[in-house]
Amino acid sequence: MRKMELKDIEVWDGNMAASHAMRQVQIDVVAAYPITPSTPIVENYATFLANDYVEGEFVMVESEHAAMSGCVGASAAGGRVATATSSQGFALMVETLYQASGMRLPIILNVVNRALAAPLNVNGDHSDMYLGRDSGWIQLDAYNPQDAYDLNFIAFKVSEDHDVRLPCMVHQDGFMTSHTAMGVKTLQDDIAYNFVGDFKPMNDMLDLDNPVTHGVQTEEDWHFEHKARQQNDLMTKVYPKLQAAFNEFEELTGRKYSMVETYNMEEAEVAVVCMGTSVKTAIEVSNELNAKGIKAGVVGIRVIRPWPFEKIAEVFKDIKAIGALDRSAPHGTVGMLFNELAGSLINSDSNAVLNNYIYGLGGRDLTKKHIYSIYEDLLANAKAGKLTTATQQYIGTRGPKLEFL
Amino acid sequence: MSEIKKIKNLKDFSTSADRFEGANLLCPGCAHSIIVREVLNATNDDLILSASTGCLEVCTAVYPYTSWDASWVHIGFENGSTAVAGAEAMHKALKTKGRLKQDRDPKFVSFAGDGASYDIGFQWISGCFERGHNMMHVVLDNEVYANTGGQRSSSTPIGSSATTSPAGSHSYGEKRNKKDMIAIMAAHGSPYVAQVAPNKWKNMVKAIQQGLNAEGPTFINAMSACTTEWKFAPEDTIAISDLATDSHIFPLYEIIDGKQLNITYRPKNVLPVDEYLAAQGRFKHLFKDQYKFMIKEWQDRVDANWEYLQRREEAKV
Repeated sequence: MRKMELKDIEVWDGNMAASHAMRQVQIDVVAAYPITPSTPIVENYATFLANDYVEGEFVMVESEHAAMSGCVGASAAGGRVATATSSQGFALMVETLYQASGMRLPIILNVVNRALAAPLNVNGDHSDMYLGRDSGWIQLDAYNPQDAYDLNFIAFKVSEDHDVRLPCMVHQDGFMTSHTAMGVKTLQDDIAYNFVGDFKPMNDMLDLDNPVTHGVQTEEDWHFEHKARQQNDLMTKVYPKLQAAFNEFEELTGRKYSMVETYNMEEAEVAVVCMGTSVKTAIEVSNELNAKGIKAGVVGIRVIRPWPFEKIAEVFKDIKAIGALDRSAPHGTVGMLFNELAGSLINSDSNAVLNNYIYGLGGRDLTKKHIYSIYEDLLANAKAGKLTTATQQYIGTRGPKLEFL
Repeated sequence: MSEIKKIKNLKDFSTSADRFEGANLLCPGCAHSIIVREVLNATNDDLILSASTGCLEVCTAVYPYTSWDASWVHIGFENGSTAVAGAEAMHKALKTKGRLKQDRDPKFVSFAGDGASYDIGFQWISGCFERGHNMMHVVLDNEVYANTGGQRSSSTPIGSSATTSPAGSHSYGEKRNKKDMIAIMAAHGSPYVAQVAPNKWKNMVKAIQQGLNAEGPTFINAMSACTTEWKFAPEDTIAISDLATDSHIFPLYEIIDGKQLNITYRPKNVLPVDEYLAAQGRFKHLFKDQYKFMIKEWQDRVDANWEYLQRREEAKV
């Protein structure tokens, strides 16, 4: 196997960044099925393999369901396993996502976020990411190609920890991150590999002298204990491991990641909460407002699952109005971020007024102008100490204004 | 190459190392356990196994128990074949990287019912075979979704009364005859495809050993007479199986490299189909006057199929 010499900074898009991280951690089995916009991850990996930059098996299967099925079989056999998908492929995988997490298999899935049909759409929104949020996986969100690269290392390290043994998704925005190049600070191959370390098998089917049974039946007598343990582990064991991995990564690279990323929040009175590429847009507006003396902050969610309850309560304790920006149609309720924020703040001292914006579906741009108008709403809410707008609004749609409650 | 296990008689089976425990929840008289024991006893090699959701799975791995003394995985209804294919890929990867804990090459076998093979798992099996994984897929073919109460599958034979294609005053039951899965799998270019039945156990062991020793994906369709859904007494499983093989209803044959078909069992006294049909509750309505024409349909079709198999064998193509 050949090593690849990387420049300190490479010009990579999000897909290439994720592919290099996958190459550097020396995955044993990748079972994959290509889908836009994650396809280049799979293609890049195949090119690495064709040129002896990776070793191991690359299984090009006939569907995303089979991709995750193959990953589950390979992971249960005992080795490092990862794949990538988007959108409809993610939706097709959903059954096996629950199976992978229920079987406590540390598989890494790069999800290049894209809208869900109908109507069919290849562009980026967070519908697929939201679809996965009850599936028992750890979910990390990248805002740019650098994050997509770095968070893969965090994902492998935490997911494969024997105290965790839960699969992990690394999300990035379709096209806006996956196909947009930036300068990405790299790690040399050995350093990247050593950060994650060797794969340590546990209950591996290929330990032929110690046969194991994976994927058993449990009914009302045991099912609850399995699910409760899984859920409780996700809620209690993952945060400290993630924090430790973030700390170690910062020591190694100087790049700092947090469960909840905050910008201009020290003195903020109002704040928007968002994910993905929107965070950077919001920061620009926030900086401009703060330069004018308007105390407007930004919160980016880095760890979607397990949802960082404590951090959220801490970050928002002095905030008067919060706008939750959801890039997914919640279909029948308020957006996920609104609900999670409400759930995090209800037992805290926060008196913040909370409202919800649905934006960017199917790759529709979120512009600085939109964010300015959101902050105007929030400032009015903060001043009034109550909602002055509808609970739920839509950003940048044609036709008459749509709103709820 | 795996070690060929010498099995001369049934006693050899009963004394051979047993990696499938008798302690399981399968119905008394279920042919599944006979077939599984024959597969596991056909080799001394290590085994990595999977089962798709179905009778075998729900009856052999109910937490905190397992009937399996070989590594075994279940994921879902449709993807048992791909589970084993993933494990096989991992074995290859770890072998290349020098990380196998034991330097041995296990056999990879997926078990699935006809529903999980002919219907919902069809795509996954086709994918595994097209990609050439070194594995064997064994269908426990009881011609019905037995685990969930007898709904028709695409393996359910014409005229059978299933819960979703029940016989009634205006219906003789299932309207379509079973899918020719053996031909389909042979058409994938599999090195070895065979139809077997547990009553012809020597024939079956030979086919399984041949399949396990072939390089690439191999396919075994094993008739699994179902006391519950076919509706016969539990002690009659082997007798019913004899009626099926000796009437040519369930012919035993193999196809090598997708081409050469060999009939592997020729009954000395060929029985008429009505003996097989009459022995099972699922066909009893066919003996009413209004549906008796179906018995002739059965005999003609079975005769024609036997004729076809013989021609294929003679033609050697």
